[in-house]
Amino acid sequence: MSGLISVALDLYLERIGEADDQGAVDLVLGLLDDGVPAEDLLLRLVVPAQRRVGELWAANQWSVAREHAATAVSEAAVAAVAVRACPRPTRGRVTVACAYGEYHALPARLLAEVLRLRGWQVDFLGASVPGPHLMTYLHQTGPDLVALSCTLPTRLPRAHSVLTACRSAGMPVLAGGTGFGLDGRYARLLGADVWAPTADAAADNLEAGPLPSFPASPDAPAHVTGEEYTQLLQRRPDLLAGVLDALTRTYPPMASYDARQMERTAEDLGHIADFLCAALYVDDAAMFGEFIAWTCAVLRARGVPAEAVVTGLRILHDRLRDLPRACRSLTEGIRAAQAAARSG
Amino acid sequence: MVEAQAESCRTQFLLEIGSRLSASLNTRRCAHATAELATSFLADAATVVLSPDDRRRVRWLRAVAERAAPEEGEVPATAAAVVPGLREALAGLPGSIRWLDPGDAPEWLLPGEFGPPRRLLVAALPGNAICTGALVLARRADGPAFDADAEMMACALAVRAGAAISAAVLYEKQSSINAILTADLLPRPLPELEGMELAGSLRASQQAGQIGGDFYDAYLPEPGGGPERAAMLILGDVCGKGAQAAVFAGRVRHCLRALLLLESRPERLVDLLNRSLLDSPVPYSQVTLVLGALHRAARGHLCIDLAVAGHPPPLILRQDGTVDEVASTGCLLGVLEETGVRPVTVDLAPGEVCLLYSDGITEAFGGPIGREMYGEDRLKSALASCAGMPASALVERLEQLSTDWLAGGDHDDQALLAIRSGPPSGREDPI
Repeated sequence: MSGLISVALDLYLERIGEADDQGAVDLVLGLLDDGVPAEDLLLRLVVPAQRRVGELWAANQWSVAREHAATAVSEAAVAAVAVRACPRPTRGRVTVACAYGEYHALPARLLAEVLRLRGWQVDFLGASVPGPHLMTYLHQTGPDLVALSCTLPTRLPRAHSVLTACRSAGMPVLAGGTGFGLDGRYARLLGADVWAPTADAAADNLEAGPLPSFPASPDAPAHVTGEEYTQLLQRRPDLLAGVLDALTRTYPPMASYDARQMERTAEDLGHIADFLCAALYVDDAAMFGEFIAWTCAVLRARGVPAEAVVTGLRILHDRLRDLPRACRSLTEGIRAAQAAARSG
Repeated sequence: MVEAQAESCRTQFLLEIGSRLSASLNTRRCAHATAELATSFLADAATVVLSPDDRRRVRWLRAVAERAAPEEGEVPATAAAVVPGLREALAGLPGSIRWLDPGDAPEWLLPGEFGPPRRLLVAALPGNAICTGALVLARRADGPAFDADAEMMACALAVRAGAAISAAVLYEKQSSINAILTADLLPRPLPELEGMELAGSLRASQQAGQIGGDFYDAYLPEPGGGPERAAMLILGDVCGKGAQAAVFAGRVRHCLRALLLLESRPERLVDLLNRSLLDSPVPYSQVTLVLGALHRAARGHLCIDLAVAGHPPPLILRQDGTVDEVASTGCLLGVLEETGVRPVTVDLAPGEVCLLYSDGITEAFGGPIGREMYGEDRLKSALASCAGMPASALVERLEQLSTDWLAGGDHDDQALLAIRSGPPSGREDPI
């Protein structure tokens, strides 16, 4: 069976790359008819293909439009599999949602479908669910568990507030998605009741043990280093305006930037500030270093050298000397950008 | 020593009651929490029996110590009304604790594989001036009997559980009334029309209720309505926010539905709507909107007759990625006798997109620096980056970009509606 899938992977990627939804749906339904289990189609075909889509975007080989169109086709393929294979619910009720601002809904959708295939009654609320709406929904439906997806660490503060609200309302939370760290460290830090790296691991985990019917009392509140995070958040507008200004003066190529390039640079600085906030929130300088290494690769594919990132981070570092934790993260980031500059 | 232990157990009991029963506004979860608290501190099995609902059914939920999942079920109210002790408790007769002989208990009130229990303790759950239900506690025959201390704890639990469950029942009732009242105000799913793809997004500034003053809708022509009758789209923004605005937006949509029986030209419909709003006794009955009549044309083209009344002009995404703005003339409706609305027709080749949006999108404040308005230029360049996307992906991307821009800040009601000409995917149908 796994042979069938690996043969189909290239073809599937080709079809989603052409936004050929009918072709992609025909392919997955054909495999389903050939006896490939639905869960394997979701996790061993759609997931690796989508990972490849992300890589192709990062390498600037696929445009944003193509990436989004491909993801939309994958969503159609997942929906087709879900319609064909829908067992009767025999287990409890689970609500699957993305925190507000989280638009990568496909991983959460895959979890929802895998849980449904394993017999759970699943309510999938989709991308970017406003907190008050989620809580209203939870009070109205009273599920046994809330599954919360977070694909980027920058959304952790918001995911944390949702997680806390769910637990205060008496519902245990399953945390998933790369945003919680590859080993789930931020999920544990922020007080999730269960964490799993993949959808099938999450399903196994829920099957293995009785769920807590009520979250453990939060006698040890999540350790988050609030002070510097709050300061950075408050100073952010002035800080970024100042850094953009200083960067224009110290990084010569920017003198010839047009309005669109300036806008892009401001966006990149915004992302860097978001990640710095997230790193402070969970007190993890390594997270910031990893983000900078990834950013340098993405920017290099778009013609921006890592030296620009080094310059920007140095300016940030100079202006945040009074925030020791922020400086530690920035030092880690500068080191990562310098390594990228050497290897590039 | 024993006294101190009992005291610490009571403290723990009261703490847990406090945290668990104040958490949820869901009736079933509250009942579950009550039953579990009882089995943790008071009994080997505990059944929460809720007062009869509108269907004259009695829902019950039972926890048994050492068992993970609760048992649940429902019986006719008449079946609960014949059980001694339970009958009086559910009727709200005075007295907080009663006893029930296991021999008099119906099967559904006793846990399975449990053996005959000692006599059952029935505690009334007081509620919103009427009884909310009853808590029935069972101890195994080989364990200790309920003593005075246990009776006191059962009373304490019943009082707090009654308050929590009755609040949840009230919330459930209000929610279902609310759902009925707002169902018509939420956007209906857009229809699937041949030769085009529609996708919309609506986000209300008030996030809990998800209703607001921005709206969109699609109207399909009556079958056999003649060749001049076309599918009609509307996207609008009424004066005000929240529930009041949503109710007014609902009125505009219904008014248009009625007018469509008599008139099909967008600019005439706009004038008729304007007259109806001018006559409205409700103050501030004003709306900006775009109406579009959709006509399929030769070679996979789609023609849209647009009427724009005081609303941000629609944007057109061409095949080559350029973005045009539709020229618009009219003013908002409900203010002046003359709207000045002139019809404009746009022609979409296969794959081209017409985007209707509300000013909540362009007037959002935020951005990387945090204090800029999103503006039309950013929306246009965002739209330009969407060439080749299916309409649903395009709308989702524009929504995402605008949410990113807000960076968690407050926003006004926001609406997007995209009409994409040609086959639903990026692939062209084989000729």
